[in-house]
Amino acid sequence: MSVAAALERLIGRLPIGWLQLAHSPVRFSAALAGVAFAVILILMQLGFMGALIDSVKVPYQHFAADIVISASDMNTLADGGPAPRQRMYEALAVEGVASATPLYFAKLDWKQPDGTIRSLDTFGVDPAARAFRTPGIEAGRAALMLSDAALIDRRTRNAPKGLFDRIAAGETYRFEAKGRTLTIAGLFEMGGGFVSDGYLVVSDQTFLKLFPQRAAGAPNHILLTLAQGADAAATAARLRQALPAYDVVARTVAEAMAKEVSFQTTQRPVGIVFGFGVVIGAMVGIIIVYQVLSTDVADHIREYATFKAMGYPQRFFLGVVFEEAFVLAVLGFLPGLVVSLGLYKLVNIVTALPLAMTAPRAVGVFLGTLAMCAVSGAIATRKLARADPAELF
Amino acid sequence: MAAPDSEAAIVARGLSHWFGAGEARKQALFGVDVTIRRGKLTVLLGASGSGKTTLLTLLGGLRHVQEGDVRVLGLQLAGADEATLASLRRRVGFIFQAHNLHDSLTAMQNVRMGLEVHGRAALRDWERGAAHLLGLLGLADRLDYLPAKLSGGQKQRVAVARALIGNPEIVFADEPTAALDRDSALNVVDMLKRLGRARGTTTLMVTHDSKIMDRADRILTMEDGRIVEDRAGPAADHDSRAGGVP
Repeated sequence: MSVAAALERLIGRLPIGWLQLAHSPVRFSAALAGVAFAVILILMQLGFMGALIDSVKVPYQHFAADIVISASDMNTLADGGPAPRQRMYEALAVEGVASATPLYFAKLDWKQPDGTIRSLDTFGVDPAARAFRTPGIEAGRAALMLSDAALIDRRTRNAPKGLFDRIAAGETYRFEAKGRTLTIAGLFEMGGGFVSDGYLVVSDQTFLKLFPQRAAGAPNHILLTLAQGADAAATAARLRQALPAYDVVARTVAEAMAKEVSFQTTQRPVGIVFGFGVVIGAMVGIIIVYQVLSTDVADHIREYATFKAMGYPQRFFLGVVFEEAFVLAVLGFLPGLVVSLGLYKLVNIVTALPLAMTAPRAVGVFLGTLAMCAVSGAIATRKLARADPAELF
Repeated sequence: MAAPDSEAAIVARGLSHWFGAGEARKQALFGVDVTIRRGKLTVLLGASGSGKTTLLTLLGGLRHVQEGDVRVLGLQLAGADEATLASLRRRVGFIFQAHNLHDSLTAMQNVRMGLEVHGRAALRDWERGAAHLLGLLGLADRLDYLPAKLSGGQKQRVAVARALIGNPEIVFADEPTAALDRDSALNVVDMLKRLGRARGTTTLMVTHDSKIMDRADRILTMEDGRIVEDRAGPAADHDSRAGGVP
């Protein structure tokens, strides 16, 4: 069945919009390229935004914890003041809390043989306690008890080629940082974010040697697990009651993660830039489709006036313009999606960012494309008013 | 004797029309009175600017009536809204001097547009009807041609078929044969005459083509926004010769 026949069956009349578009292949192709470009722009921005959100979530998802206590001014894992260790002991006295362990956080530069720097988000943990559920970290906890031992994220960006395979095969790897020589004692998988290239986990003792200005009594966060049957939200509420609000705040891991996602996407420039990118992509699409549709209406104004003279109602003309908008949306979205999938893969390979197309995103952008084209069509229909059948004589 | 209004397709009384506003306002029609009987071919003559096109567009429901009383096919057009005018236009056919065919539709599809306005039911067996009509107009071998592949005369004949496919009760035509050769022009006019006899289709046509005037039942001449002459055409029957203007 031809496209025209399928559309005729769908809309119950001659698909004039489709026939008009297909009649000018060059303009039609340019319009589809324009819509596809807008779709790519929007999908890439949403992909980056999604990658930002996913990368923000990554460490939280690896915590072996139900509740996080952080400084009251904390916005992200990396900022805010320290959470006094004293609060950890106070928290242990609150009903529903089963265990607590401090978590230290800092950024560490990993200098490469070529002089370039890899930035590693470094966690300091008590090796005797379970802070992460990540298999590689769990397996390497005993090794962390050795001074200057570290576990490294094997998804770290731009690491020396083959290094992690060699470490996995038993090769000993050491590197200097902060005037100390760290020995990689194991690997785990987490994945870098927008700022850091990967993660490093060391013991709290090693952490304090690497960052001597930090104090053992002032970790960045305190990770809590719940007693069996305890409710996370209720326990977090009790903790907020028990602990001084000016100093620390207790949140479920999900709440802490949501707060950081919100902060990164709405307060930080990178999140705002991606948001703008989506808006600009939509505007580009609207303008391109509007140009195509309004030119098409202008080119056929005498034919439309003739149809008006024949008694066709206004809704017929709106139907033709929206039919064109629908065709442009559908046929422009598909190549845009295919190209975006390729670009997602490429960016993922190059940057190791967790860029992945999700069905809700693809469906959402398709619906957005339909809306974008409909808006353009609605604006273009204003030109129909110029179709005055009395001017035909 | 004037034709009774019940036999009339068109009745206009005191029809006046102006263009522009303020000091630029200019009157184009001055109290025109005219009654046009069903089934007849009436030719409208007049120099450029005499008001014949304005009259045609007002009677065809393409403009809103400003002053006067106009009844077309029983519909009162004075004060009519756009929906009423559109409903009238679905009962009439227009043949313009320019064909105004849709460039992305074939001859058949352009003709179909004359039916589609009447809804899906009107499309039953439309291909046979459209092909038959185009065949009568000498376009049997051009059914699936786009307008770009047709000559000027062929395009105009497609436009004629588009106007007639929906069995209009009145045909309004503005120099419809200007682009046609003599045989094609006479073929079109004879077709309109046959429709008039068989179905009572009324034709009001602006033309200066003498070979068409020979087939007119009635000839109206306009000058400065007024009908200054109303005479029976060479093809008029006895009733028509008796007079048509009140």
